[in-house]
Amino acid sequence: MTSGRPAASAGAGPLPSGSPLLELDGVSTVLAGRVVLDEVSFSVGAGELVGLIGTNGAGKTTLLRTILGLQRPASGRIRLAGVPVGAPRLVGPNRKVPVGYVPQKVLLDPDLPLRARDLVELGADGERLGPRLPSAARHDLVDELLDAVGAAAFADFRVGRLSGGEQQRVLIAHALAGRPQLLLLDEPLANLDLRSGQEVVDLLHRLGVERRIAVLLSSHDINQLLPVMDRVVYLAGGRAVAGSTDEVIRSDVLTRLYGHHVDVLRVHGRVIVVASPDAVLDHDEPGEVAAPAPSRAGS
Amino acid sequence: MLTWLFEPGFFSNSEVQMALGIGSAVALVSAVVGVLTVLRGQSFAGHALTESAATGGSGLLLAGVNPFLGFVAGAVAGAGAVELIGVHDPRRRDLATGIVLGLSIGLASLFLYLETTVSATTGATQQILFGSIFAVTSSTIPVVAGFGAGALTIVAALYRPLVLSSVSGDLAAAKGVRIRLVGLGQMLALALAVGLSSIAIGAILSTALLIGPAAAALRFTRRLSLVMIWSAAIGVGTTSLGILLAYYSADWSGGNGLPVSFFIVALVFVVYTGSGLAGRRERSGSRTARPPATVQEAAALPGTPAAAGTLAAGPRTSGRRRQGR
Repeated sequence: MTSGRPAASAGAGPLPSGSPLLELDGVSTVLAGRVVLDEVSFSVGAGELVGLIGTNGAGKTTLLRTILGLQRPASGRIRLAGVPVGAPRLVGPNRKVPVGYVPQKVLLDPDLPLRARDLVELGADGERLGPRLPSAARHDLVDELLDAVGAAAFADFRVGRLSGGEQQRVLIAHALAGRPQLLLLDEPLANLDLRSGQEVVDLLHRLGVERRIAVLLSSHDINQLLPVMDRVVYLAGGRAVAGSTDEVIRSDVLTRLYGHHVDVLRVHGRVIVVASPDAVLDHDEPGEVAAPAPSRAGS
Repeated sequence: MLTWLFEPGFFSNSEVQMALGIGSAVALVSAVVGVLTVLRGQSFAGHALTESAATGGSGLLLAGVNPFLGFVAGAVAGAGAVELIGVHDPRRRDLATGIVLGLSIGLASLFLYLETTVSATTGATQQILFGSIFAVTSSTIPVVAGFGAGALTIVAALYRPLVLSSVSGDLAAAKGVRIRLVGLGQMLALALAVGLSSIAIGAILSTALLIGPAAAALRFTRRLSLVMIWSAAIGVGTTSLGILLAYYSADWSGGNGLPVSFFIVALVFVVYTGSGLAGRRERSGSRTARPPATVQEAAALPGTPAAAGTLAAGPRTSGRRRQGR
């Protein structure tokens, strides 16, 4: 699925060539005595788009929070551009490689006195102390990002009153304002209709191609990501398999991961993962499974 | 003209000058800190601190020390207690806050009882709970200036992390903001503001000066910097006007002036109620001004069956939701 892009592991800027941007090696995370992540290993190269696929409760959010340093792993190593990610140091921008994060549920108060552009601006300098001085460069950056995510039209409206899809774009612009090399998104498509979801997928794909930003996004549905994904990390019961979709989304591989027999069906370009005898494992709603594949090719 | 409005000697009256000066300074600090307090949903914590401010004020009054210092000390101690017991979970935090609040009122009632019975200070309860700004002496100026500057400095220093973490703790944490420390700083600023506004309108009513102007200002505008300016203007305006009205009320009521606190709180209430009407107009204005961007974008998309289905449902439902608010 590398879709004719320049070799993903070539590395941008300061990265030593050949080493991946993000590298997880045997990462286990324990929450309240329960093993949520069990020896997870995979890597993400610069500019790659990697889908983190799994059912609800598979550990997707915990994995993203662990990578961010918000959750301490019980064992294993996480490296960002070769530098170990430790416990969260709590002041200021503390990573050598800036990471952007779009959490799954951001409940924005509709009366919050912030315009969409204000939230994006906080993505550029929200962690800094002291009063903010006016800056033309920052203003231009905000305008550029709002434009890039297609949020320019509602830049001056209260961010809490925007629709879910509009807020998603603003939050992506917020994450981009920190000039990240890696963008982590937690279920960015979960609350969007198919069309808005497709627009967000196209946007994320473009970021990788045009800005060389690596994207790791979680989803419980693989199908919207199929056309754009470079690689997939499939999570089930805290364990993960990683690779290209052709390597991972296979009956034998997923059967081993789930620990019981699983069939992978390919219908009209869509993937449906079915446990024997008849349980649908990837939480597709019945109506959505029946819908045709998104007609626009991702690349 | 001015002599018609203000009787001769009004501005040279040192009692009034002092009240106006201290009152404005205190109102300014409260209004600015109040915006962040409302934004972060800490009105209840602010209220609990007014009770511990009352405890501190009455305690120092009983000890024969300047009660103004006690307001600030009590509020800061209350904030510390809430932080010590309290936790991140908002529900348990409210419980901790409520328990501190209960203990504070109990102690304040004990101190005030002892003060009125043992020391026979008649105005003690009135002074602590409802304020006595005309009794403020010049020795209070350093207290107000010092703590006021302290509170404003904290707010200025932590402004961006505070705003970001009140939008979303996750977003702030992901950017490396030390949420707990930032929250502690905000609590300290809040405690200072509560302690100071207790001087103007008494411990019990200080929430009004903290929350009222900020809540009204939040209805006027959608820009946070303007909210700060509006809030400060409303706070200083209502406090100054309240002091003025209280001063003149001696003429209408025949001898004894009515309490300043009543006028300030009443004015804050009037502004807040009035801002609801202004806010409704602003909201409907933003609704009509909104360009139908999503609809245009939707129409420009190729009409796959799935896209056509969402086109019919998506933008319209989101528009309805927005109008409902």
